[in-house]
Amino acid sequence: MRPIPVDPPAFFNRGPSPFARLVFFGLLSLVLLFTDTRYRYLEHVRGAVAVALYPLQRALLAPGLAIGYFARYIASKSDLADANAALEHELAVNAPAVQGYGNERRENAQLRELLALRKQYGGAAIAAQVLYTGRDPFSQKLYIDRGTSDGVEAGDGVIDDTGVVGQVTRVLPRLAEVTLITDREQAVPVKVERSGARSVMFGSGTGRAPELRFTAPSADLRAGDRLVTSGIDGTYPAGLAVAVVTEVAKSPGEMFARIACRPLAGVDRSEYLLVLARPRVASPPPQEDSAAAAPARKGARARAPRG
Amino acid sequence: MRVLPAVASFGPAAPEEILRPARPWFIALSLAVGLSANIVPFSGVAMALRPDFLALVLLYWCIQEPRQVGVGTAWLAGLVMDVADATVFGQHALAYAVLAFAAGYFRRRVLRFPLWQQAAQVAVLLLVCAGLVLVVRYVGGAALPSWTYVAPPLVGALLWPLLSVLLQAPQRPRRGSRS
Repeated sequence: MRPIPVDPPAFFNRGPSPFARLVFFGLLSLVLLFTDTRYRYLEHVRGAVAVALYPLQRALLAPGLAIGYFARYIASKSDLADANAALEHELAVNAPAVQGYGNERRENAQLRELLALRKQYGGAAIAAQVLYTGRDPFSQKLYIDRGTSDGVEAGDGVIDDTGVVGQVTRVLPRLAEVTLITDREQAVPVKVERSGARSVMFGSGTGRAPELRFTAPSADLRAGDRLVTSGIDGTYPAGLAVAVVTEVAKSPGEMFARIACRPLAGVDRSEYLLVLARPRVASPPPQEDSAAAAPARKGARARAPRG
Repeated sequence: MRVLPAVASFGPAAPEEILRPARPWFIALSLAVGLSANIVPFSGVAMALRPDFLALVLLYWCIQEPRQVGVGTAWLAGLVMDVADATVFGQHALAYAVLAFAAGYFRRRVLRFPLWQQAAQVAVLLLVCAGLVLVVRYVGGAALPSWTYVAPPLVGALLWPLLSVLLQAPQRPRRGSRS
């Protein structure tokens, strides 16, 4: 006697229950979350999917770019004349400084060589345009149209015409992710331009002012002080403008002063940025001095219009 | 009604109307459009208000076609979204999987209500989804976002009636095919 089959017919078979699926995929997500935050094993997977998504992203940028182009195209003649007049005025105002700049730079270079200071910055500068800002409300990021194919590397500093914007944190072939200095995970070594006091500026996340942490209440800092990069991290060349101190709160009960800053660069506004590719060779041997000086000069010339 | 059949048929389906099963390519297309809408670059206020279109489309299909779109599809879509948003791997995936499960659990109840009341229930589901992302990121060490964080789920819920009408349009029985 044959046993009667007890399995349900195929059309009742729906696979695992939704709850079982939820548990399975939920656990898988948690494993992914853990591995991605702790070990970053999955960068290759991310890179592959990102490259697949890249054409779609570029295609979706097109309408916005077209609207922007069209809006600029139909800008009225008087607007352009006004802008031209303002620029000429600015040129006249800045003329003395610009004319003196070359001279000062030459003197400065001589002094540095006399002091046998290591060349702080010998890399090339890569001009880039902001494609779009990050959509993640928890972090401060933006995306630029230059990537590994243009020589951008993770860790490069990014500036605009008024100051430091951030640092490249992830690079794809024709796209790079820049984490802004206002992001919670960014820190910029700075020094006060007036007094030379060194500190580190930490981002505080969306909508909050960056602050200088771990600064003693006795440090020579006032509201209105300009902060520039100190250059000791090797990411940013020394002397780039970073922020202005807006508030110094010293309370006797606390170990450190509470110092809020306002970034000088158009961190959330600038459209055109400059990626400071780091020098490929950290310290060139002395006998190749003349050969090593050539790319350094080239880099300096590329940065010259930015001031 | 007779004069403008196309216009008259545009609107929410009546409760007694039986929808035809959705074609798989239409589901895939709608998910792709939802993903694209999420990728479109915005800035300023528009970005603060931008709802998660992919989550909305997933929610719709999980409620209407639970046999075709479920937890697994939602999870995969979440992974793609994690890459597109450059967020931590698994963040959107976990949120979408939970969303899909909740949608499957509540689907019979949600479908009994008119679209505006469905929107209220969708708002709760989307807020839970956003809250889950918040917990995951907060545990991961991110700062708490500002109060505008709750705006996208609410805007998404407001879009629910429109989205339902758009997505159910191809499944509605045609008048002409009966005669």
